[in-house]
Amino acid sequence: MMEKSDHTGKTSRWRDNLFKISTLGSAIFILGLLAFMVLVLIIYAWPSITKFGLKFLISTEWNPVMGEFGALTTIVGTLVSAALAIIIAVPLAIGVAFFLTEMAPLPLRPIFSTAIELLAAVPSIIYGMWGLFTLAPLMGDYIEPWLQEHFGFIPLFSGPPMGIGMLTAGIVLAIMILPFISSVLRDVFKMTPKVLKESAYGLGATTSEVLWHVVIPYGRRGVVGGVFLGLGRALGETMAVTFVIGNAHELSWSLFAPANTIASTLANEFTEASDDLYLSALVELGLVLFLITFIVLGVAEWWLKKSAPKGKGA
Amino acid sequence: MFLPPEIPVKVKVRGLNFYYGKVQALFDNNLDIAENHVTAFIGPSGCGKSTHIRTYNRMYSLYPDHRAEGEVILDGKNVLDDDVDLIDLRTRVGMVFQKPTPFPMSVYDNVAYGIRLKSKLSKKELDEKVEKALKDAALWDEVKDHLHALGTDLSGGQQQRLCIARAIAVEPEVILMDEPCSALDPVATYKIEDLIRRLKERFTIVIVTHNMQQAARISDYTAFFYMGRTVEFGATDILFTKPEKQETEDYITGRFG
Amino acid sequence: MKARSSAIRKGINLLALFGSAVAASIGLAFLIWILAEVFYRGIGAINWEFFTQLPAPPGEEGGGLANAIVGTAIITALATVLGVSLGVLAGTYLGEFRHTRIADIVRFLSNIFVSAPSIVIGIFVYAILVVPLGNFSGLAGAISLAIIMLPVITRTTEEMLRLVPTGLRESALALGAPYWHMVWHVVYRSARTGMLTGIILAVARVSGETAPLLFTALNSPYWPTGLLEPMANLTVTIFNYAMSPYEDWQTKAWGGSLIITVIVLLMNIGTRTMVHRMGRSK
Repeated sequence: MMEKSDHTGKTSRWRDNLFKISTLGSAIFILGLLAFMVLVLIIYAWPSITKFGLKFLISTEWNPVMGEFGALTTIVGTLVSAALAIIIAVPLAIGVAFFLTEMAPLPLRPIFSTAIELLAAVPSIIYGMWGLFTLAPLMGDYIEPWLQEHFGFIPLFSGPPMGIGMLTAGIVLAIMILPFISSVLRDVFKMTPKVLKESAYGLGATTSEVLWHVVIPYGRRGVVGGVFLGLGRALGETMAVTFVIGNAHELSWSLFAPANTIASTLANEFTEASDDLYLSALVELGLVLFLITFIVLGVAEWWLKKSAPKGKGA
Repeated sequence: MFLPPEIPVKVKVRGLNFYYGKVQALFDNNLDIAENHVTAFIGPSGCGKSTHIRTYNRMYSLYPDHRAEGEVILDGKNVLDDDVDLIDLRTRVGMVFQKPTPFPMSVYDNVAYGIRLKSKLSKKELDEKVEKALKDAALWDEVKDHLHALGTDLSGGQQQRLCIARAIAVEPEVILMDEPCSALDPVATYKIEDLIRRLKERFTIVIVTHNMQQAARISDYTAFFYMGRTVEFGATDILFTKPEKQETEDYITGRFG
Repeated sequence: MKARSSAIRKGINLLALFGSAVAASIGLAFLIWILAEVFYRGIGAINWEFFTQLPAPPGEEGGGLANAIVGTAIITALATVLGVSLGVLAGTYLGEFRHTRIADIVRFLSNIFVSAPSIVIGIFVYAILVVPLGNFSGLAGAISLAIIMLPVITRTTEEMLRLVPTGLRESALALGAPYWHMVWHVVYRSARTGMLTGIILAVARVSGETAPLLFTALNSPYWPTGLLEPMANLTVTIFNYAMSPYEDWQTKAWGGSLIITVIVLLMNIGTRTMVHRMGRSK
């Protein structure tokens, strides 16, 4: 008695196909975009690649006037600033994650959790601003002189304490990646099965022992993955670093000295590039940065995939 | 495995085999489902009852490596054939699931969902159909003043009756029920069993159940499944009192399962 | 002997607990410190002119960042349209057709892309849009932001769709719904809040991005004239002004920072309340 359908299955079939094609197409578009991006970068970097070859990676020469370019200073700057950030942020992040999952009284947990996530949401340029106007003067006037006074015999703390330089950049980066790594670690710690922890407690272990002997080893892969993800972000970070690193194409043992990362070089010089070779060298720098972060993030992703025993969905 | 010839058969199953990828789950199933009667499928967990009924509405077609071979003949046409219109099939063979699955919309929209898919009705006609379905599902009195409340706000038993109302609103010929009461309390279960008894006048009902007492209470015919095979089939009272196969008797008397 | 080592262990435990509390407090302290600085230094620049006037010439006082605010809004809006349409579709593919080879590859790459350096994406868009067109453009800026949003929205959409129970999908199909109808009316509806949260957070993230705009949209001291011209925007303005020697400009940079920070934080807090309310109504 009901009207037989005015859209039969046959009509819906083309809509279904359209749906499936557009979703698949979008997914493939992402793949294509990535491949295209790498291709374009290589094309633009080609003049520089052919001119300098592998020397590019080990030369510290950066002379736009003479057309001599080498990536070593910026690569070292990128790696050192990121390493500094990790060294500072990871122990703090473990502490924060520990606090959030075990220690904090329950009513306080959401507050701290929210605070960490808000910290992660603050745009990197704000960190840069804060670093330049607030932290750098503090570093230059108080902290770096203090370090030099007490530890000046270590080459790391030699040289004029200007406030702008590698150390400040490392610290700003550390604060930037701290919330991110803390969240990842917190999620990893939460995944520890209760029974495992309870077995340890049952044997008389203290909370910190349970963390050290049970939680972290159990989540070992997740911890490593999280650290690598944080490293990946630190390597690619531009604005937080550009403000405070000093923009000098120099290699120095001193952490107080101004330096450069690939990202800060690009930010400062890309629009100034006066000739094609200069631009090409800059693009090659970008390509190097992309490759470094891709490898680091790829390893992190792969590592995390192997560890996560995620259920196969509902 | 087959009904006596004077009983009209709604669904004929012949030589049904089913595969999850390389693993075979159903082996040469043969059955008759009687029109306008309730047929119950019983058997231990994982013996293929749910897999079997999901072939009737080709629900397994959703998953690429699930495969069915053989014949499931609804009114003379094998629904396993490639040229079957799945959408049309599913309006003729409805399904109610173990866990109530109200859509995230109002009670009214839930019931109207299937109707709106098929045809454009005036508001008055739609209202009538929704009311009828809710009445037939014994839910109308409880929701008539709350038709615009979210389906998910109802209690478990009400949600399941909502799902039943939703399924009968499209006026199917067969209703498949996969353990519809296992997530419900005894009072809700009683209401639904009562509902099933009344629905069989208009629909052919197949119900999978773990609960033998339930099967005995509401079904006219029962099929016993074991390890993916249809071991025995017959009128419910006979199967439960004078089973022919040893496995059937063992299951019914509780020796396993 | 036993009693002693127990005391040491308890001592270490206490130290660890104390240390973790210190770490968490440091995190909290930095948040408060940074937000306080932004507020304190930026509030001085906020007045009616800030929102309504064009920038004054370098060295002169007065003027505002109205064009930058409008420009950022335009670029972000366009980026959102592009990023959301593609991202939701791609995420739907990953969520609904989960186990195909392509899905695995796209998922893996998307995860990497989420944390990829945004400045490199800026270079890419420079190469494909700015160079051929011959000038910087708001469109290029929007596209670079869209590319950044794309993997983020794809993954959050996928995650939200995964949470929808299979039973719900099968119920819709069992009623004779075509596949696309089931996804649109039932699955999307179920995942609606989560998807919206993901989108808002992605928008919050790109509205604060600077690096990709540096060589795509560039900047401009004038009102936005069209998508194919350089377009004023807040973040690059902040960068330029902060690095300049003019105190007035530096203060304005802080003003811009304050605005961006407030908007981003509001979006973040907004999504939390939204999720909270959704959970409440169960």
